Amino acid sequence: MSDKPITEPAVAISGLRFSWDGREPVLDIELIRIERGERVFIEGPSGSGKSTLLSLIAGVVLPQKGNIRANGKQIGALSGATRDRFRADHIGFIYQMFNLIPYLSVIENVTLPCRFSIRRRDRAANRSCSFETDAIRLLKKLGMDGIADITKPATDLSVGQQQRVAAARALIGAPEIIIADEPTSSLDKGHREAFIQLLFKECDREETTLIFVSHDTSLENLFDRTIRLDDINSIP
Amino acid sequence: MFALALKSFRNRKFTTIFTIVSIALSVTLLLGVERIRKETRTSFTNTISGTDLIVGARSGPIQLLLYSVFRIGNATNNISWKSYQEIARNPNIKWTIPISLGDSHKGYRVMGTNADYFEFFRFAGSRRLELSAGRIFKGVFDAVLGAEVAQALNYHVGDPIIIAHGAGEISLIKHDDKPFNVVGILKKTGTPVDRTVHVLLEGIEAIHIDWKEGAPIPGMSISPDKVLDMDLTPKAITALFVGLKSRIAAFGVQRFVNDYTQEPLLAILPGVALQELWDLIGVAEKALLAVSGLVVVVGLSGMLIALMTSLNERRREMAILRSVGARPLHVFSLIIGESAILTMAGVVIGIVLLYVLLLVGRPVISSGFGLFIAIGGLSKYELLLIGMVCLAGFLIGISVPVFMSRPRPLIRSLT
Repeated sequence: MSDKPITEPAVAISGLRFSWDGREPVLDIELIRIERGERVFIEGPSGSGKSTLLSLIAGVVLPQKGNIRANGKQIGALSGATRDRFRADHIGFIYQMFNLIPYLSVIENVTLPCRFSIRRRDRAANRSCSFETDAIRLLKKLGMDGIADITKPATDLSVGQQQRVAAARALIGAPEIIIADEPTSSLDKGHREAFIQLLFKECDREETTLIFVSHDTSLENLFDRTIRLDDINSIP
Repeated sequence: MFALALKSFRNRKFTTIFTIVSIALSVTLLLGVERIRKETRTSFTNTISGTDLIVGARSGPIQLLLYSVFRIGNATNNISWKSYQEIARNPNIKWTIPISLGDSHKGYRVMGTNADYFEFFRFAGSRRLELSAGRIFKGVFDAVLGAEVAQALNYHVGDPIIIAHGAGEISLIKHDDKPFNVVGILKKTGTPVDRTVHVLLEGIEAIHIDWKEGAPIPGMSISPDKVLDMDLTPKAITALFVGLKSRIAAFGVQRFVNDYTQEPLLAILPGVALQELWDLIGVAEKALLAVSGLVVVVGLSGMLIALMTSLNERRREMAILRSVGARPLHVFSLIIGESAILTMAGVVIGIVLLYVLLLVGRPVISSGFGLFIAIGGLSKYELLLIGMVCLAGFLIGISVPVFMSRPRPLIRSLT
């Protein structure tokens, strides 16, 4: 929430312990602290629990032990419905691939969060004159111009374009935290950096916290900070 | 969510169309069976009224009812003219209508009778036969056509017609030496009368006067002019409709006819015979209704399967929706909305299809089975059936997400 004191970090995790369905624990993390507006690269090989960590931050799953605060809220203390609302209002997601609803057009895909979060719809509408206009603005910023492009079905786009649409969708209505789970792994090398730079530019504008997960260490020097999951997770 | 559901359907055109079609067909079948069942009863009940007894040669009550009133099947035997005269003299009897069947014209039954037919015959409550053109028969070779006969064959007053021997659609032997004249056309009744050619009993006698045992007597031919001078009193009739002075006498007269010693005869009360007929076909009707009910179940299971399969394929889509902030309730209502749209579309198309089929099939049913199906609005019972189908569709919509939504980690299903 914007009225919270600025000292409150975007994400604060302490004493976390988590396992899927009572099986072997996957994560045992003493402390993670991510400041507001920070651009953090979380690195780890596949299967190291990166996605699980993101699920925990987003409140999709709850830890068996420990504390997670995201955007000043104690995630574990929220009811299921409140967590859903919290996620819709404050967190934007970008995934590895197949991010878009195939039967919706580009613009409909981008404005999807505005259907479910009044806060994000209002913020987008305040920024431009309507949330659709804001979607077009974001698409333009991300290099998707041309009215023909935005009314196309999402599946007609190239993978690179799809990822930019997904980024616009995550950014619309300026959620405080963007969670990006390997968003560049389906892009070729030249496009990867360009995509990340565009993402940075948009995040800077709203002082958005970006949590970026990848196994591709070649990207880490673009970020403010790298968290190596293997270093902080005491479960091998 | 409704708009989203519609767009999602467009993405799965074929499954959607087939699901809707299967629901629509099952609804059409269910309503069609119910409609035909009801209309058959109304049509049969409306065919004859005011007649207290029907007398024919001894056979089964249902058979007698079918051939005398509905022109379905044939008589096994005749009533001699003498017996008819004797029965008609019974003091309890107010009027009789003798009828003679067995010949046809282009597939339409020819019925010999007398002027009393137009005087006493009633249908659909207390309606009597009325002419739309011409007059009733007076001469031996006069014919009065039912509305459908005149319309289908495009006959007008004054046209000549040739009567064929036997009741088949195609007759080998024709009474072409003695043509009849159309003198009158009846108004539409919605009963087998519409499909009957009415002539005098004397006319039937006249065309068979040079016949014996169902074939022309070789070398014997009597011209129409000559035949008029001969005695044309019928030797036999097929059946007679009886009106009583008092209905209380019905059982007495029935016993009198059934105990008639000169000839084996049968008298039936039309209402009782009709009830027997219903009892007979009631089992079949119930079976048919049950089968069509099961077809609806199959149609709806098709939807259940289609929704479940699509949901499996669409886990990713659902997960994306969840990730952009759709709450479980949203996803829930998306699926319920989809099943509601499918069911509604199926039901609406099914009803439309029913009416189209009724419109198209009415002439076929009418000429093929002698059933007149009125095309009216939906009855309360039909609305109840439709309501049940909708409810079942809605319940399926609820059951799908309940079966499917095991708690599944959101992000995990996306990567």
